[in-house]
Amino acid sequence: MIPKIAEDTTLLEKVEELSGEKVYSCHKCGKCSAGCPIGAAMDLRPHQVIEFIQANDWNVLNSRTIWLCASCFQCAVRCPKDVDLTKVMEALRLLILREDADQVEICTLTREDLEQLPPIALVSNFRKSTG
Amino acid sequence: MKIPYYPGCTLKTTAKNFEDTTLAISNVLGIELIELPRWNCCGTVYSLASDDLMHQLAPIRNLIRVQEMGYNNVTTLCSMCYNTLEQANQLVKGDPEKLEKMNSFMDQEEDYTGEVTVVHYLTLLQKEIGFENLPVKVPLTGLTVVPYYGCLLLRPEEISIDNPEKPTIMAELLTVLGADVADHPYKLECCGSYHTVNYKDVVCEKTYNILNSARKRGAEAVVLSCPLCEFNLDVRQKDLKKELAPMPILYFSQLLALSLGLDDSLEFDQHYVNPEPLLKEKGLLR
Repeated sequence: MIPKIAEDTTLLEKVEELSGEKVYSCHKCGKCSAGCPIGAAMDLRPHQVIEFIQANDWNVLNSRTIWLCASCFQCAVRCPKDVDLTKVMEALRLLILREDADQVEICTLTREDLEQLPPIALVSNFRKSTG
Repeated sequence: MKIPYYPGCTLKTTAKNFEDTTLAISNVLGIELIELPRWNCCGTVYSLASDDLMHQLAPIRNLIRVQEMGYNNVTTLCSMCYNTLEQANQLVKGDPEKLEKMNSFMDQEEDYTGEVTVVHYLTLLQKEIGFENLPVKVPLTGLTVVPYYGCLLLRPEEISIDNPEKPTIMAELLTVLGADVADHPYKLECCGSYHTVNYKDVVCEKTYNILNSARKRGAEAVVLSCPLCEFNLDVRQKDLKKELAPMPILYFSQLLALSLGLDDSLEFDQHYVNPEPLLKEKGLLR
């Protein structure tokens, strides 16, 4: 999806505002993608997400990657240019979540899930997947 | 010593065994944990957006509780709580404007002055008691374990309890307890965290890789400090698509309680893979 906000601003501008990160500092060394623990399940590797933003391509918001990022901060610790990609991913998620497009519906979770999952699993999932 | 203690939601439910063993240990070591009155959920994940102060209120409100108690430090066990409380704390310590805005929003509370330090319980043991001073009664001889740190005790770097790429704190503790500690390359790697709710397959893949790697390095049990990692590495073993011999997962506090001779405080009924047969086989548990 492309959010309504795209009519008034560029992706790069909005991501830099929400994340507080300078996306153009990235020199594409690929350390973030090399170290990402969930990279193998992603359709875009983390460094490719940066490339999309640099190109102001809103289609990055259709990527599974932004939802698969689990905010583990591994890329943030290893980035030689101090770009905190964890914050960039959060900014991309918020562009969707703030237009009321929840990614998980609580009513679809099974009773077994709700009974056995730790509270921190549920709260953190809803914090990251709902607006 | 006395120190305020922030339990968090999960320590009262699926990780009750983590809390109970820690309370028993603290009692023996002379650490009086004073549970915060009226604590609230910290939010579990630190809010990463520059304009989102609303989600910083929950952790900061807990630090106000500490301040009201007349203390300037608080300890916690859960990695997610530790991370969220300390990241929010560092945010407001470094940004007086944001702190002022939050203080004026919480007009029923006293102002947070930014003077509280959040100390993980492992750090408390290391710095205040000293691992070498632990009164070990039952050395964990013959038990090979691997520490699993995961993400939130170590990252981001600013809140890390140890070297974020080469941590040794849990290995040092387990060595003092007499265990054989093996190293393994997945000790820092995220378990998939909250994806356990709606991307279960992603988590199972991580669980398999982490435990398989630990097994190859000779581990008989994996030791950790996060109730969400515990769930993913322990309970998700029943959902694995690839075959793997059951691997017991233990909180560091359970092994510490065992080595201090506090058998009565151990509760293994909350585990999916029961660690009792292993511990009995090693002669560590009657």
